[in-house]
Amino acid sequence: MSQQAETLDVERIREEFPILEREFDGTQLVYLDNAATTQTPEPVVETITDYYRNYNANVHRGIHQLSQEASIAYEEAHDRVAEFIGADGREEVIFTKNTTESMNLVAYAWGLNELGPGDEVVLTEMEHHASLVTWQQIAKRTGAECKYIPITDEGRLDMEAAKELVTDDTEMVSVVHVSNTLGTINPVSELADIAHDHDAYITVDAAQSVPNRPVDVTEIDADFLAFSGHKMAGPTGIGVLYGKQHILEEMEPYLYGGDMILKVTFEDSKWNELPWKYEAGTPIICQGIALAAACDYLDDIGMERIERHEAELAAYAYERLTEEDDVEVYGPPADDRGGLVAFNLEGVHAHDLSSILNDSAVAIRAGDHCTQPLHDVLGTAASARASFYIYNTKDEIDRLVEAVHDARQLFA
Amino acid sequence: MGIGSDMYRQQILDHYKNPRNYGELEDADIEHVGENPMCGDTIKMFVRLDDDEETIEYVSFVGDGCAISQASASMLSNELQGRSLEAVRGMDRDDIIDMLGVELSPMRIKCAVLAEKVAQDGIKIHDGELDVEETTTE
Repeated sequence: MSQQAETLDVERIREEFPILEREFDGTQLVYLDNAATTQTPEPVVETITDYYRNYNANVHRGIHQLSQEASIAYEEAHDRVAEFIGADGREEVIFTKNTTESMNLVAYAWGLNELGPGDEVVLTEMEHHASLVTWQQIAKRTGAECKYIPITDEGRLDMEAAKELVTDDTEMVSVVHVSNTLGTINPVSELADIAHDHDAYITVDAAQSVPNRPVDVTEIDADFLAFSGHKMAGPTGIGVLYGKQHILEEMEPYLYGGDMILKVTFEDSKWNELPWKYEAGTPIICQGIALAAACDYLDDIGMERIERHEAELAAYAYERLTEEDDVEVYGPPADDRGGLVAFNLEGVHAHDLSSILNDSAVAIRAGDHCTQPLHDVLGTAASARASFYIYNTKDEIDRLVEAVHDARQLFA
Repeated sequence: MGIGSDMYRQQILDHYKNPRNYGELEDADIEHVGENPMCGDTIKMFVRLDDDEETIEYVSFVGDGCAISQASASMLSNELQGRSLEAVRGMDRDDIIDMLGVELSPMRIKCAVLAEKVAQDGIKIHDGELDVEETTTE
């Protein structure tokens, strides 16, 4: 492969995202809030409009032509997502609302039934509230205990501590793959081995990794893995829970109702086959089909190329921001991080910084990024976060840094 | 220029950098703390009343957080001197927006009104209507 083919044609990619042309008071938008949600390319938008214009119908119910078309497209979307993450097939891919719902599905369907006093759930200090709050509350209800793998000064997981914390009392290890705050890329495969050595399951929060790097559930040996469509060029309202087939077969359903059943009498019900057993009621049809279109879109670009592009932007942003004496950047060094940089400008609260950046049409996230306990560890209530995707450029990072200079000047 | 720059007019920045009536008050008749956990904004207000127990003689505050929340507390501490508790009970968010004199984006309004809420909840505790342990959030 030539060097040329290894880099993204960002100019061509940007043509697929008309929203990036928006201007605010004559200044072109710089969208650096991709860890919160990514923009949607034309082919995915077209998939959505095509569905509603041409074959909108409920699935699995109608004998008529429209319902057949919608059902086939919806089922095949599961196949496409399975292929995208290296799962064995549609049986292992459950469509949910988002990563949070996927985590709750595991916690309620598995955790509530399997956990009890004396059992332990091992999390990390850098967990997103999606898994932290969920396991914390399920642990309270079952009498189990949550333990947290600490982070090092560099913002990595302390793997020696992890080996100590995971014991034969551990039933579940639930870890974030790429931290949405620190940008740390965690060794999930190694953590899976540690969990399995103690007969525990591992759940991977892949909300910040599936969108921007090759993720293979088989290679990781994840028992469960969760992510969201809207962070990977897909629409909101669609998330995925991957689960190993034999575990999903043993687990009880999380939601009851239509479509998740095979046979119902007044006395009892038999569950439908996988994955429909976990998709009660009319599912998220259009968004599911659009997620498959997003997988096509990303694979056409190439996940390895996307990973390199993001690493390059993150390294550049890290270097530019650490050049500033009064900017504190969180997480591992430039050459080893996911595509985001969280930071603080001394003397300027992250919310003020974000408001001032907004004057320059630079969109970033400011706040706790749904990692309040991690911010306690970092010793700050809030931080600013710039996060990148396939359409971002180094010029845009320069605009970010210029806007940070403006904020400093205003508050001087 | 967008809405944000308007938010940081000289007056707001001045109150943020040089907060008025800043510090704890030893002989306060009312003291109360509030926070916005999402932003980390905290404000503690201290109120000393006149002999009539109904008029505010002096207000001070301590706090930490964004410019909007801290400037709002500083400006409010000035505004409240000499006012009746009754008048403060009747204040609403429009009074704060008028006081700040800037246009606030919806996400930032809760930063602006924290100080007012702390003052009002402090009065409620004084009136025996609110548990002292309760921390104000906005």
